[in-house]
Amino acid sequence: MEHNSTYEPKSSFAKWWDDRLPIARLMHGQFVDFPTPRNLNYLWTFGGILTFCLVAQIVTGIVLAMHYQPSAAEAFNSVEAIRRDVNYGWLLRNLHAVGASMFFIAVYIHIFRGLYYGSYKAPREVLWILGVLIFLVMMATAFMGYALPWGQMSFWGVTVITNLFSSLNEIIPGVGTAIVEWLWGGYSVSGTTLNRFFALHYLLPFVLFGIVVLHIWALHVAGQNNPTGLDIKTKSDSVPMFPYAVAKDAVGMFAFLILFAWFVFFLPDYLGHADNYIEANALVTPPHIVPEWYFLPFYAILRAIPSKLGGVIAMFSAIAVLIFVPWLDTSRVRSAKYRPLYKWAFWLLVIASVGLGYLGAKPAEGAYVIWSRIFTVYYFAHFLLVMPILGIIETPTALPKSISASVLPSGSGAPAGATAAPETR
Amino acid sequence: MASEAEDPNRRDFLVIAGNAFIAVGAAATLWPFVDQMNPDAGAQALASVEIDLSPVKEGQAITAMWRGKPIFIRNRTADEIKQAEATPIADLPDGSARNDLLPEATPALDKNRVKDGKANWLIMVGICTHLGCIPKGQSMGDARGEFGGWFCPCHGSHYDTSGRIRKGPAPRNLEVPPYEFVSDTKIKIG
Repeated sequence: MEHNSTYEPKSSFAKWWDDRLPIARLMHGQFVDFPTPRNLNYLWTFGGILTFCLVAQIVTGIVLAMHYQPSAAEAFNSVEAIRRDVNYGWLLRNLHAVGASMFFIAVYIHIFRGLYYGSYKAPREVLWILGVLIFLVMMATAFMGYALPWGQMSFWGVTVITNLFSSLNEIIPGVGTAIVEWLWGGYSVSGTTLNRFFALHYLLPFVLFGIVVLHIWALHVAGQNNPTGLDIKTKSDSVPMFPYAVAKDAVGMFAFLILFAWFVFFLPDYLGHADNYIEANALVTPPHIVPEWYFLPFYAILRAIPSKLGGVIAMFSAIAVLIFVPWLDTSRVRSAKYRPLYKWAFWLLVIASVGLGYLGAKPAEGAYVIWSRIFTVYYFAHFLLVMPILGIIETPTALPKSISASVLPSGSGAPAGATAAPETR
Repeated sequence: MASEAEDPNRRDFLVIAGNAFIAVGAAATLWPFVDQMNPDAGAQALASVEIDLSPVKEGQAITAMWRGKPIFIRNRTADEIKQAEATPIADLPDGSARNDLLPEATPALDKNRVKDGKANWLIMVGICTHLGCIPKGQSMGDARGEFGGWFCPCHGSHYDTSGRIRKGPAPRNLEVPPYEFVSDTKIKIG
């Protein structure tokens, strides 16, 4: 977002440096006096939380890779050794495994926040699409990471998910099989597969980091959306990022870290599956195979479609459809706060998504399948029908005059006493 | 709003307390990431070994492993012992016995590098003190250098029959690890 940064190099060295590589000026302009809407709520703290999650996963992951052995013979034992022998290995592994779940909790809140407040609308389409890409790469990374402990769920999860590609045989016979064997590096999931998954699991987070940089760049071109969905028009609509938004982010982050720590120290295995503590066995499939919780909604969609290829297409479409959201939503108003009908549709989408998550963990039979189908139909209808149609027929409620007008009592201007800067005395 | 409170005031306290809290928290968080690289319990469990010396005849040598390092064990001949004991301390580049069980200031006399009454058994870490190569001299056909002990082929360090550096770039005598005789013919290293 265009603004005049107040950066002034203080020392002569800082000035010398600034003339050559103005990185301090860039950081100051983008992360210190960057104008943030003054009405951001705690849902906007998840961007910072997600950045933290990515960095935490990379740091704990690099450390775990110092002890992990990506071979079919040693992988399971090396993970057990990390948990038992390596100094603080139990902590580092828990941080990484729980961290994956926390990453997804945060990203889902972040995505639904964007959907509620219309953060994907112009001029933030590219920002949104980059976000969808991040989500996709995250899922691929998490999936490959789950393979690494080489337990029963790792092995059979890899088997099932890579076999999704065999559905391509229904289009061109032989192609699906060829792709699956290429992914496996053999005729079944083996140590060769594990090895390449490890290599990619180490690589993808850095790809992710690159896309995140672009995501933040795109964010800082348009500036942040806010609960009103209005643009920043006057100076009083915004506050400098530091200390205001940073302090709020810190509060949100600490609350999030308390939850994170609770799982790490007290329920480290709660979010995983007990069968993954049985070493991979190519001759026995666990009786009830489920992916990690964060994949369950997509898994439910896969199983809701009574056709192998159709299920796979539906599952991937469930993510792909997000890319088109900026154009599927025809409303001129960004925030659902002022959209009486869309608001309901949004909560239906939340119910359908959470419902699919619940159903994905249940056996694919009876009423579970019927409900999966109902929710799957709504999930797609929400994006392909509800969004385009509601935008046209809905009458939005009156928008506030400006961001400040929405949060400050009676008209614009700061309330008495609010101008005092408590950080200076 | 200007504060009328005297310095240091309430806010100064909060800032200092807050920063101290962050510093302690950061250090506590950082430590596991550092400590994970230290030898773990599994590695420490292998920190001591017992070795049976009975098959080693006079004049023979064996090499054992302790903490991943080679341990030179030589059953010295009377001649070798005499030669080692006769060497004046002034001829030694390194005057310390380098015996892990004795203080560093202990003079590098041969008796300080072996156990009392077991002068024929010379037990040392077989790593050249120059840059970590393994000196020659354990096998019968090896070059033993100009002083009849060990010779490091990497950069030409000569050790005598007490494992003391005599010539070449190595700065210190070969290290004597902590060990004890658990029976007449058995030692425990570590």
